[in-house]
Amino acid sequence: MSEDVAPFVAPALPPGSGRATPAIVPAHIEGASFGDRVYRLATTGFALVIPALLLLIAWEVFHAGWPALTRFGFGFFTSSDWDAVKGNFGAAPAIYGTIVSSLLALLLATPLAVGVAIFLSEFAPNWIRTPIAFLVDLLAAIPSVVYGLWGVLVMVPFIREHVMPFVKDTLHLGDFPLFSGAAYGPSMFAAGCILAIMILPYISAVTREVLRAVPRSQREAALALGATRWEMIWDAVLPYARSGIVGGVILGLGRALGETMAVTMVIGNRHEISASLFQPGYTMASLIANEFAEATNDLHVSSLMAVGAGLFVVTIVVNVVARWLVWRTARAGGGT
Amino acid sequence: MTAPSFTAQRRAVWRSYRDQLAANTARTLGRRRLFSRIMIALTFIAALVAILPLLLILWHLIRQGAATVGWQFFTRMPKPAGEAGGGMANAIVGTGIVVAIASVIGLPIGIFAGLYLAEQRTARLATAIRFLSDVLNGLPSIVLGIFAWGMLVRPFKHYSALAGGMALAAMMIPLVTRATEEMIRLVPVSMREAALALGYTKWRTSLSIVLRTAAPGIVTGALIAVARIAGETAPLIFTAFGNSFWSVSPTQPIAALPMQIYNYATSPYDDWHAQAWAGALVLLGLVLVISVAARFATRSRAGLGSD
Repeated sequence: MSEDVAPFVAPALPPGSGRATPAIVPAHIEGASFGDRVYRLATTGFALVIPALLLLIAWEVFHAGWPALTRFGFGFFTSSDWDAVKGNFGAAPAIYGTIVSSLLALLLATPLAVGVAIFLSEFAPNWIRTPIAFLVDLLAAIPSVVYGLWGVLVMVPFIREHVMPFVKDTLHLGDFPLFSGAAYGPSMFAAGCILAIMILPYISAVTREVLRAVPRSQREAALALGATRWEMIWDAVLPYARSGIVGGVILGLGRALGETMAVTMVIGNRHEISASLFQPGYTMASLIANEFAEATNDLHVSSLMAVGAGLFVVTIVVNVVARWLVWRTARAGGGT
Repeated sequence: MTAPSFTAQRRAVWRSYRDQLAANTARTLGRRRLFSRIMIALTFIAALVAILPLLLILWHLIRQGAATVGWQFFTRMPKPAGEAGGGMANAIVGTGIVVAIASVIGLPIGIFAGLYLAEQRTARLATAIRFLSDVLNGLPSIVLGIFAWGMLVRPFKHYSALAGGMALAAMMIPLVTRATEEMIRLVPVSMREAALALGYTKWRTSLSIVLRTAAPGIVTGALIAVARIAGETAPLIFTAFGNSFWSVSPTQPIAALPMQIYNYATSPYDDWHAQAWAGALVLLGLVLVISVAARFATRSRAGLGSD
């Protein structure tokens, strides 16, 4: 074995030959700088596809949405008149619906998701943590359209036959504006519920990650001072992780705002602003999904593109804020 | 000054103090412990509530879909409304084709972009691209759908499988990029140094040593990305559009499983609902099989990042 390894002896360079040492430098190193340059250029080029793609997307949606935006001006976002025949387009109900359904989803999902994350990262014994973490992660793997199918064929009938009558007749909240009107199955409430299920794994995953970044010393100090296990979480761990958890929640918000298929299938798709959660509504994404293929005139297409542009801007802002918050917490925790 | 010595009186005061405190503590501690237990139980209940919808969805899918999923479902074409039976052969093949197109475009771009990010870790451009890749990942899929429509459908005036594949590729690129970057970072620097010391050029080191070492992890990332896009509907409705007939041509409208489920689920026919359940069961099965395969690919790689 050791016979193969000849001792390396640096050959003496011929005097005066700065670069030309052909005899001892293997041939492929001659081309090294060229090959490396090509490689570097190629990887940089492929990496630049990402910003290029984003620019193209932005250009496409704004360029295509421009006619509608200039035609209707600011009224595009405040008017609720959406009439393809007369050529009047105002996206207010879709914007309202997007915000309300997403907020409702956050309201339902956040306590659950944070609870799950706390349970999994702090309290669960190993044998129970693995399967529950796996199942929660699985929620994120289910395609949107499968949620929609389940939502429209199982959840919506359940809400119509059990939840709505319960709220109206048993709790007598029928006159309360949030729950007023005829009990449709497909509704803002249904959309909020399905969205809550869909964003829960995202919020919970980020929260777990952030909790993991909280230093051990923080927990030990609280316990040493005589805190119970819950007081340790509530007074020492959660305040430390707060901004990261908020980041996770906002990340979930970003998902909820852009979620399309499941919402389209359960929200009822009615272009109207209604205070009641039990009434059908619309979201920006479902408006596009529903009408785009049938849009006949250019102004209609342009209006839908403008809605898409709005969605583009909003989700970018939301994501940037969320990532910044998560990054800040993870960095703060990583150092200690 | 002399150190204060405890007189009997003082000692008694302190004792009563201490006893009172202890009594108080015992009383409140019991309450605090109980509260702690209740809250911990509540987090456990939250976990149960969170997985309840998952179990319900799985249960309904299996109960409603299993009866319809058979040999026929994979080999037959869809039947018109009102006729029972039929299958989704065209949609299953269509999903395969659209995902293949997306992978052919998205994988090389994603892998090379990931290589770039991992190797130029600190360059300002790399930081910017890493951030933009996250931004692209956060875009709603419907926006990618209308984008692809504007770029690839409107100019050519007809829907095509190619446009659908491109829209999905745009979704796939940031996923593959970040997965590749992470996996390449796990490769020990010593391997790269060893290769360079043996006289490998930088690019050969990157491709035949580093990339190859990270390959199982990258395969995992790629599979997860495929599982993710295979279930997407929104980018396809205005690009691939759907097709009720057999078509494998990339320039023609093509059927896809998620779109077919969407169309059938929103129809008023019970037969089509049954087909939608079956389609959803198949789709979910497909997605889960790919994800589990991805997990196994990672497991065989375990230990790579340990040093």
